[in-house]
Order: sequence, then C-alpha cells, then structure tokens
Amino acid sequence: MDAKRREVLKTGGGVLALAAAGVIRPGDALGQEWNKAAFDTKSVAETVKALGASGSTPSSGVEITAPDIAENGAVVPIAVESKLPRTEAIAILIEKNPNTLSAEFAIPSGTDPFVSTRVKMAETSNIYALVVADGKYFHAVKEIKVTIGGCGG
Amino acid sequence: MTLSRREFLQALAAAAAAGLPLAARAQAAGEAFYDLPVFGNVSLLHFTDCHAQLLPVSFREPSVNLGVGEGANRPPHLVGEALLKHFGISPGTREAHAFSHLDFARAAGKYGKLGGFAQLATLVKKLRAGRVASLLLDGGDTWQGSATSLWTRGQDMIEAQKLLGVDIMTGHWEFTYGAARVMEVLEKDFAGRIEFLAQNVETSDFGDPVFKPYTLRNLGGVPVAVIGQAFPYTPIAHPRRFVPDWKFGIEERRLQRIADEVRAGNGGKAGAQVVVLLSHNGMDVDLKLASRVTGVDVILGGHTHDGVPVPVVVSNAKGRTLVTNAGSHGKFLAVLDLDVKGGRISDYRYRLLPVFANLLRSDRDMAGLIEAKRAPYREKLAERLAVSETLLYRRGNFNGTMDQLILDALMEVKGAEIALSPGFRWGATIVPGEAITYEQVMNQTAITYPRVVVTRMSGETIKANLEDICDNLFNPDPYYQQGGDMVRVGGMSYSCDPNARRGGRIADMRLAGRPIEAGKTYKVASWAPVGEGVRDENPDEPIWDLLARYLRDRKSIAPRKLNVPRLIGVKGNRGLA
Repeated sequence: MDAKRREVLKTGGGVLALAAAGVIRPGDALGQEWNKAAFDTKSVAETVKALGASGSTPSSGVEITAPDIAENGAVVPIAVESKLPRTEAIAILIEKNPNTLSAEFAIPSGTDPFVSTRVKMAETSNIYALVVADGKYFHAVKEIKVTIGGCGG
Repeated sequence: MTLSRREFLQALAAAAAAGLPLAARAQAAGEAFYDLPVFGNVSLLHFTDCHAQLLPVSFREPSVNLGVGEGANRPPHLVGEALLKHFGISPGTREAHAFSHLDFARAAGKYGKLGGFAQLATLVKKLRAGRVASLLLDGGDTWQGSATSLWTRGQDMIEAQKLLGVDIMTGHWEFTYGAARVMEVLEKDFAGRIEFLAQNVETSDFGDPVFKPYTLRNLGGVPVAVIGQAFPYTPIAHPRRFVPDWKFGIEERRLQRIADEVRAGNGGKAGAQVVVLLSHNGMDVDLKLASRVTGVDVILGGHTHDGVPVPVVVSNAKGRTLVTNAGSHGKFLAVLDLDVKGGRISDYRYRLLPVFANLLRSDRDMAGLIEAKRAPYREKLAERLAVSETLLYRRGNFNGTMDQLILDALMEVKGAEIALSPGFRWGATIVPGEAITYEQVMNQTAITYPRVVVTRMSGETIKANLEDICDNLFNPDPYYQQGGDMVRVGGMSYSCDPNARRGGRIADMRLAGRPIEAGKTYKVASWAPVGEGVRDENPDEPIWDLLARYLRDRKSIAPRKLNVPRLIGVKGNRGLA
C-alpha cells in the first residue's frame, strides 16, 4: 500500500500538480454538450438510437473490466478499453437502471481509449460498453450481479 | 483410490506380530498406512479450511451437493455411492467413511474421529522427513470456527500454524477479524515465518496490492512459484465493515499476467518451472479459472470443503491444469509429489490422505501447545448442555439436523413464525449419544457477527432473499457463485428448482400449509446479519447464548424433523443421495 501517494493526493496539492503538468486541461470536462435526450432514455435500444446509431456489432476489441458480483451496488467500478482504431466515443449503459445511459465519454484523437468510472446499480443487470470507432458502432456486454449477500463457506 | 486397505492390514498384522501393546500396535500400523512411496523431486503438502479445529472431530460429508449446468454429475458434485463408485472406493471401508456420509454414525464409531493438529503434526513431519524438498501450504479458513480461536482472535491457530511448519497461506474468514488484526499478525507473528499471499485483494481507492501476490521458492534447485488467491467475495459474504478499504475479486487477468511473469523470469532470475495457485475460490470457480488462465500447473483449492480424492485435469489454450480440493476441518492432508525434469513437470502423484486420529501418534510439542491454549477456557468449554439422541450435522445444500436445531431454538425462543440460519459449510458433527458441550455450540456459531435478529419481513422480501441466496449457490456460471450452501429455513416450506433461472427457483412458499402472501408481514428470527443497519426488535444477543440456553433447558435432544425444500428437476442428479 502506497500510503505516501494517498496522503499527497488527500491534501489536494496533488490535483494542482497534475494540472500544472498538463495532465488535466481545465475546461476538458465542459468540452461536450450534455446529451439530455440520450441520458433520459429508458432502454438499451432507445439509448443506442439516441446516440445516433441504428444498431451495433459485438466486438472483442471492446473490453469491460468490472466485478462479476458487485461489492456495493451504489459504487460499482467499471472500466472500458477500446482496441478499435479511431475510437471517437465510449458510452456505458446499464440495462436495468431507471435511466439506461450512465456515462458518455468523447475520446479526442491521440487519446488512449480507456475510461474508468463508478456507476450505481439498483439490481443485477447486463452492462453494455458502446464504442463509436471510425463512424461505426460496436459493443461488449457483461452481467454484474448485485446481491443482498451473506453466508460463505 | 490410492490408499490400499490390504497394505494397511498387512502392516497391522506385522505390528501385532512384533508384540506391541494394542494402542501402540494400531498406531504403528496406522503410521505404516501413511507410508507413501517417495516420488519425484518437489513435494507440496496442502490442507485447507480446518476452521480452527485443533482437536480431532467427526465431520459428515454432504448427502446433497448438487451440481448445475456443466457442474452436474461431475466432481465435486458427487455424493455417497456415486462418489465412491467414481473414485473406486469400496463401500464400508475407512476411506468410504472419510469421503462420504454413508452410514455415518456407525462408521464414526468404528473408525473414530479425524483430524487434530497434534495428529496432523505427526503426519506432516513423517511425510516431510522422507521428501527432499517440500512446502506446506494452508488454504485459509484457519483462524475461525472454534471458541478458542474466536476468543483469542485467531492466536491459538496462528501459533499452531507456525509450529506445524506452514510456509504459505491465503485467507477468507481470517478477514472477519478485521483488516488491522490481519496486518498485525502478518507483521508480528508471521514475519520471516509464514507468507500470506493474495493476488486478488487491492485497496479500494488506488487499486494498490494489499498483500504480496506470489512468492518464488527454490525447492531442491527447482524454482517454484506459489500465487495466492483469497476468497474473492469476502466483503459480500460478510459485513463490509471488517475490510472497508479493500476490494476483492477473481482478478483473472491479473492472475494471467502474474503466471506469465513468473514463468518468464526477469533480471537474470530463472523463470518458475512449477506454478501453483493456492486458492480459496471454491472448486467450481477454480475449474472455470483453470480453463481460462494458462501457465498455472496446479490449483490447490479450498473454500467449498470438497474432499476430492483425485485431481481434475482441466485443458486450456496452452496446456492443462490440475485442480484439487482438500476437504475441511483438518480431516485431510493432500500430498502432491511432482517430478520436475527439463524445466517442466513430467509426472505427478496425488493423494488426499484422511487424517485418522487413532492411526497417528499425538505430536508432543503440538499437543502441549493445544493444551496450553485451551487451559484458560477449559471449564467453560466442557460445560455439558444436553445430550443428543440423534446425529447432528450441518454440511449439505439444504437444512442439516444441526441447523434444524438452531432454527427450532430461534423460532421457539423468539416466538417467530419463520427462522433463517446461514448456509455455512463449517461446523463439526455430533454422533448419537454424544454430549453437546458449550465448545460444540461454539463450533457451530463462533463468528465475529453472531447477533440474533428479529424482523418483520414481507412475503415478497422473504422470497427475494431466498432467490438471491439460491442464485449464489446454483448460478450455472461458477463466477457468480459464492460457495456457501442454501440459507436454512425453519417454519416455512417451499420448493426449489436449482436449474431454473434466477428469480424463478423458489416457489410454493407455505406457512402451516397456507401460502405465504407477498404483501403480508411475518415475524422472522435469524442470526449473523450481513447488511449494515438491519432494522431489528431484538436486544444485542449472540446466537451461542440463545442456543446454549435452549439446550440447558432441554437436557436431551430428540431427532429433528428436517425442513428441506421439495426439490424439482434433480431426479437422477448424482449430487443427491
């Protein structure tokens, strides 16, 4: 455990240092318009449509890293990596959440198409990672179980 | 089956001829029973899930251990005669008693108890003495399961592990003493003696490794890598508060990276010629893992308490992996002898040796340690609460008689219509006529979250809970299983279709013949709450107090009426006796 790194970042000084080093560019987070129509959708099909696609193709070039069983449904860590050339955007969809679309990331050219976030899940559900690459739509799917827990061997 | 009954009888005859007194004769013969021919140049001794049982115990293997999906009708999901037949064990023998539930009470009288650290110590010394280079691996669930382990926060077991000569361990219930206690033991007791390995535990914030993931050992000139795999679902199966800052998981990709890395070697260091995963995943998870990760020669497994006499050989993209599971409660010691030639394993021999207490001398140093650790508590442990007229056992997919006793006590003492008790796989067996002591009550209940809970639950909530736990047991994908048994249910009858889809396995829930109503509330008593902030009408009372009081009031425990669900769609399943 790297306690020192944790302490540095806790002070907040770390964030400034990263910004100064050019890792975080102010304004990045505001660079995209809030896609209200897409975030209001209630099903995978609707979301895909709202993101501008008529459908998408399953691809092994899209990789989801997420737990099989969530330790806490309120904060489920999900990472998505695209190995597809010219990846432009990555979206994370939770099939059984009240609002399907959890996150949408624009990937500027020259950026590694890797995103990591935490999502809230109400119940066991499939999650979809939707990737726009070279103008086409691809996805990967994984089930994450949200359990009440209890009773190990 | 590898243990020859004929050899044992020959040894017994030889000892008799030598004119030894009876007990010594049996033990001399017994130790001959453990004369395994030495094979190869690297040996791994492995035990797992002893659940803090320092003394020999009776432990009835399950008569219901259903496999679903690809797991149906194959090890470890074979019980009773199907298990004996599959592994070529003759019914009625010592081995049949160790590996199956058949005729348990009678066979227990005939062959005696199994396990015990003083007996295990004798066996470990004997086997290690004859082998050039060996490691003793402990798969975890070592610090929990007894009164003395709970009252010393694992200290009795920690000292016993050191004296036994454990080289490497991983963990599960160890974590329920809290992260600080685990780290204290690693820093103080284990430093320089025992390595605690886990590649699949990281900090929740930055994903930094919490434990050393693997170790490289030179065994008689052969570089051997041992990777640790802790129970992947610790914060889900137990209250989160014990390990609030740690994240667990199967971490298949990281395991693959480590396996590749240790094989390749680096910085002039030779790559490992043997790669072992010491796992607390449970056997179904290990079987799936072995089919997907390459470069691991052996997975020495635990958690699911499966006493599997022969390794399962699993093929994957680049080769094959042996997968074992070494039972529980100190009943077995696994011996894997490897012949490593030309940089790889050319052949192996595996034995899962049952540790028959009456065939092994008690190791003096270990017996002394056990005695010293028990001394402060002797009187309390020995209190006779009642005598059992019946066989009391826990292990099995659904209610065992021991849990039925706990459920009956919960419902009666709390005036509840329904009782729930966790599907733990640990807890020794009590044979008919045996006294139920305070120690035996603790052997069924000794956990760090023992609280009895009384709640009002709607029929809908009860159903959701049962479905959820049933999916942890019968999800066809092992990665979604947690390795416990079904929650034990008292008062309410139901049916269960293990092969149905999630949410559709439980049906026909009834209380005294009348259907449970979704919107109606019922008074439910249970123990071991996992969720935080469970609303509850009960004063803070540990389950052992309630159970001890119930037993004292009765003196004698009559046979239980088992409340097991009506099973659907499992006819012919060889995991059902």
